[in-house]
Amino acid sequence: MSFVNGLKCRECGQAYEIAAVHVCETCFGPLEVEYDYDAVARSISRKKIESRPQNLWRYRELLPVESEPKIGLYSGYTPLVRADRLAEAFGVKDLWVKDDSVNHPTFSYKDRVVSVAMTKALELGFDTVSCASTGNLANSVSAHAARAGLRCFIFIPDNLERGKVIGSAIYRPTTVAISGNYDDVNRLCTEIADKYQWAFVNINVRPFYTEGAKTYGFEIAEQLGWRLPRHVIVPTAGGTILPKVAKAFEELVRVGLVKETPWKIYSAQAAGCAPVVNAIHRGSELIEPVKPQTIAKSIAIGNPADGFYVLEAVRKSGGWGEAATDEEIVAGIRLLAETEGIFTEPAGGTTVAVTKKLIEQGRIPRDESIVISVTGNGYKTLEAVLDVCEAPYPIPARLDDFDRLYDSLVEGGRAVALSR
Amino acid sequence: MPVQVRIPTPLRKYTGGKEAVAVDGASIANVIENLEKNHPGLKDRICEADGSVRRFVNLYVNGDDIRFLDNLQSKVKDGDEISIVPAIAGGF
Repeated sequence: MSFVNGLKCRECGQAYEIAAVHVCETCFGPLEVEYDYDAVARSISRKKIESRPQNLWRYRELLPVESEPKIGLYSGYTPLVRADRLAEAFGVKDLWVKDDSVNHPTFSYKDRVVSVAMTKALELGFDTVSCASTGNLANSVSAHAARAGLRCFIFIPDNLERGKVIGSAIYRPTTVAISGNYDDVNRLCTEIADKYQWAFVNINVRPFYTEGAKTYGFEIAEQLGWRLPRHVIVPTAGGTILPKVAKAFEELVRVGLVKETPWKIYSAQAAGCAPVVNAIHRGSELIEPVKPQTIAKSIAIGNPADGFYVLEAVRKSGGWGEAATDEEIVAGIRLLAETEGIFTEPAGGTTVAVTKKLIEQGRIPRDESIVISVTGNGYKTLEAVLDVCEAPYPIPARLDDFDRLYDSLVEGGRAVALSR
Repeated sequence: MPVQVRIPTPLRKYTGGKEAVAVDGASIANVIENLEKNHPGLKDRICEADGSVRRFVNLYVNGDDIRFLDNLQSKVKDGDEISIVPAIAGGF
């Protein structure tokens, strides 16, 4: 059993029964899961949660599933890394990295949302799962579908990098490459979802899918010792995760798991695709779509469906948003790798770079707790840093060759290990 | 000058179940007015009371978002295909 009351339109409030529907028939607004929070509060406790396995289902009272989950049993509960060396680089005192670059099984935060979407899809009786994607989402849907034994269709643009195609294809979904860009793929999938009785994780089971993103926020609070951070910086693409992290913090307070303390949430975007940050800076409620031009492809959504809710969450918390150029993004990836040993994709580099900016602007005070959201893994996007990484020094397998190389490196001041 | 308008499922109750309808019009605003004449109730679903396009509705002319063209004033011509698509979040 669950504590779900039903679905409700976020725009006009119309109520719907639990089903594979995602837009309000009246106003096209997105549908949101509604819970009986009083009942959750009576049932849930820190002790109960802590006694459960370390996966995202430990917060199941606040997730929209009825059955015993069979998917995502190893997903979530990723490390919250205390980042003292990065803190030193930024000149701050209390810095953490929530590291979904090591989420199971496909190394991004998408393993959370897909676990919930697919569990719900099984409950609703679907035998086929699907998505429109260019990378992380398709990887996650393909892997989880393989383990669950579900039929899987992946729709991608026909011009993707090989790594992203193989990262899904290895799990053997049926992959359909559409001539066109991501928007074309998404539009076609909306029509396919209408016609075929499949669970499209980011379309018709989307209300459940997005709830999975809350677990990222729940874990941050639990791993900080059941308290909320003062500042949290989250990347924005379609706008799913940021409002859900905010919702997670609000729910934890509401059901009595953490004390209410002030917190602010910040949106990080790439300068080449910053429709939400632009609106924050303009003080506008209107999000003007842009044509993305950035290396941060996993967050290059020029027309973010949930952008408005990002604005709402950021403003309500008193937060802000900033954008990082491609150079700053690459520098962010390198800084995180060199200080904390975490290799993230450009989306994570964006969040690191934006955090640096917000600290330098004085928007984030240097003595308060800060959490940086790292939502994806750098090993999937090697192209982004290929040109900036130092090439290996080739030598024969002889000790005196190495001696000569070492001496030259020390003389040239290039022996990084010595300068640390 | 008729254009083809593709109708998404939630709106097909206004078009007798038709997936696409032909409508005259020289601009998107024209097309919406004529859609309303032929299929009363449709405009309310697409537009706010003040006539602006609803936040969660995207309109396309031959695949181009009208916000990259001239919004409601975007010109259309014979044979163009207009799509009405509910905004859905990405899934990169």
